[in-house]
Amino acid sequence: MRVFQFTEQPYPPVWDDHNGSLRVNLPNRKLDPKIAADLFHRYYDEWQLADELGLDIMLNEHHATATCMSAACVIGLSVLARITKRARLLVLGYPIANRPDPLRAAEELATIDVISRGRLEMGFVRGVPQEVPIANLNPVFQSDRFWEAHDFIIKALTSHDEPFNWESENFHYRQVNVWPRCYQQPHPPVWSTTGSTFNAKKLGQYGYVMATLGTGYATRRLFDAYRQGYAEKHSGAAAPADRFAYLGLVAVGRTKEEARRRGELIASYPRSSGIVFAPFKNPPGYLSIEDNVRILKGEGKPRSFTKDGRVVDMASGSVQDLIDAGVMFCGTPDEVYEQIGDFVEHCGGMANLLMMGHAGPMSHEDTVGNLTLFAEEVYPRLKAMRQPEATAVAAQ
Amino acid sequence: MTAPAGNSEAGLAIHGVALEMVERGAGRPLLFLHPGHPSGRLDPKAPVLEELAAHTHVIAPTHPGFGSTPAPRELTTIDDLAYLYLDLLDTLNLRDVIVVGVSLGGWIAAEMAVKSTEHMSALVLANAVGIKPGDRETRDIADIYAVTDKQLAELVWADPARMAPNPKTLPEGDLVAMARSRESTGRYAWSPYMHDPKLKGRLHRIRLPTLVLWGAADRVATVEYGRSYEAAIGGARFETIEGAGHFPHLEQPQAFARAVLGFIDATTRR
Repeated sequence: MRVFQFTEQPYPPVWDDHNGSLRVNLPNRKLDPKIAADLFHRYYDEWQLADELGLDIMLNEHHATATCMSAACVIGLSVLARITKRARLLVLGYPIANRPDPLRAAEELATIDVISRGRLEMGFVRGVPQEVPIANLNPVFQSDRFWEAHDFIIKALTSHDEPFNWESENFHYRQVNVWPRCYQQPHPPVWSTTGSTFNAKKLGQYGYVMATLGTGYATRRLFDAYRQGYAEKHSGAAAPADRFAYLGLVAVGRTKEEARRRGELIASYPRSSGIVFAPFKNPPGYLSIEDNVRILKGEGKPRSFTKDGRVVDMASGSVQDLIDAGVMFCGTPDEVYEQIGDFVEHCGGMANLLMMGHAGPMSHEDTVGNLTLFAEEVYPRLKAMRQPEATAVAAQ
Repeated sequence: MTAPAGNSEAGLAIHGVALEMVERGAGRPLLFLHPGHPSGRLDPKAPVLEELAAHTHVIAPTHPGFGSTPAPRELTTIDDLAYLYLDLLDTLNLRDVIVVGVSLGGWIAAEMAVKSTEHMSALVLANAVGIKPGDRETRDIADIYAVTDKQLAELVWADPARMAPNPKTLPEGDLVAMARSRESTGRYAWSPYMHDPKLKGRLHRIRLPTLVLWGAADRVATVEYGRSYEAAIGGARFETIEGAGHFPHLEQPQAFARAVLGFIDATTRR
């Protein structure tokens, strides 16, 4: 198993001062640039530590929000490409459907792959709904645009002999010729995320690494949809465990008490990420007609379940709820190892843990303690852990 | 292609695009183009339909995506709908059509009229969106996707307590229509938001009797916005309807029909 250390690079000082919305319409006056600078430097220090500890690195981007100061993932990737030595650099992800210019994205990614000497893991995401009002590209066609931007970027990164032409409804280029070209050939590994079986199957057909977030003990049906798509396009082969990733909140402590205390700090992420003025959560066309009818009726759509089928609300659940739902792995190193192993069994194999090892107001000392303890006492065992046999899982 | 019989809720295909349509009444043809979110396709039982059909032959298509089926992928802009309805008038071989559009429907009507008025005799733009009268930092049209349902009701209705639907009491079919309307309005009008940057500069081409009709309490596109439409169309007449907001055909159907029919009588010959 590989483990990627992830933080959203939050700006927590205003998390209790938001008037109901931490995203889109929270005035940026509330951010003190001097505090932001200190936080950024700290987060980079902690990623350097992760690099030294043998962990890989994941970062992302969101816009106009105190939950994540990284508004352009390429900036974090650029810094990390230079200051880290060995870690894989996973962006999960680059919201390519929200960018009018995928050529620029291809150029950025190729350059980072070169500077990092081939350490880029290239995650493309559709992005959460509250990104749409900022990007202002039509959400009704977002999914189409996502796949077209994907097709374009892959072609741009793999065309080396002469400029090519691309003229479509969405994008217009006449001389596409990406310099520098990628360090990894034919291109860096592609990742994506999903919450739907339809997309999971499609990602399986491509054979990309698929990650899910907060899906807990409801993850298996998504992974199985991927397995189905993978087998279809790979001559019936079983999807290996390294095609699957899961974003889990991780809080380790020498004692149960220390772990729970860190768990509370990490739980600030699911407790804050949904705080956004309601209309921005549902741009037209982002959710299906069926989902919107459900919303009109006042019904929600639960995503997180415990092993025994109990629904857990990530935004309000206790640390114990989050542990029960497989959303958080929290405890002593022994307990965390067991929880992760148990979850991997549920998934039928999952070889990339995207570890949120820092969130919200967690201090530098706690973050260092959390990462170090995990890397020294949990990670070696996870690396040695046998994944469920893929062919047997596929046959189930 | 034959036109459906009167008093029907039928459909037809225009160059491969399936069109749901309500047809009612007899007399001069009147093409009614419905608004978008938070309203939508014209309910066959809507009082305004009775009022208009008492004196005209009302043809009220449902914009693709607002009805019972998704829009074809290639229909993405208001311009596409304008050409679709010009094709509809061609197909039905109608002459001297009175084209009436409300809000998003008014935008479609204006886009049709700058292209060709060959089949038309009069134009009514009611609380029409579609132009950008203000400067780049002025929000000319309220952002209907950046407000709660309650705030939206206050923007669109003069009397939200009477007019705003309560989704919790509506049948499933109405909820599906609401959801489709919300999505399809975004489909056609997300960006540039609710307008075509070129349209205002083309409105001078409209040389038809034109009524710019405005629900006086509209807070999505105010009376002042309506006056910009009037100013850009030579000889246009401007009237307001009291006690109505963005959807005057629903909030004051009698006054709406009276204004439309009165204008037609005053300006066009039968």
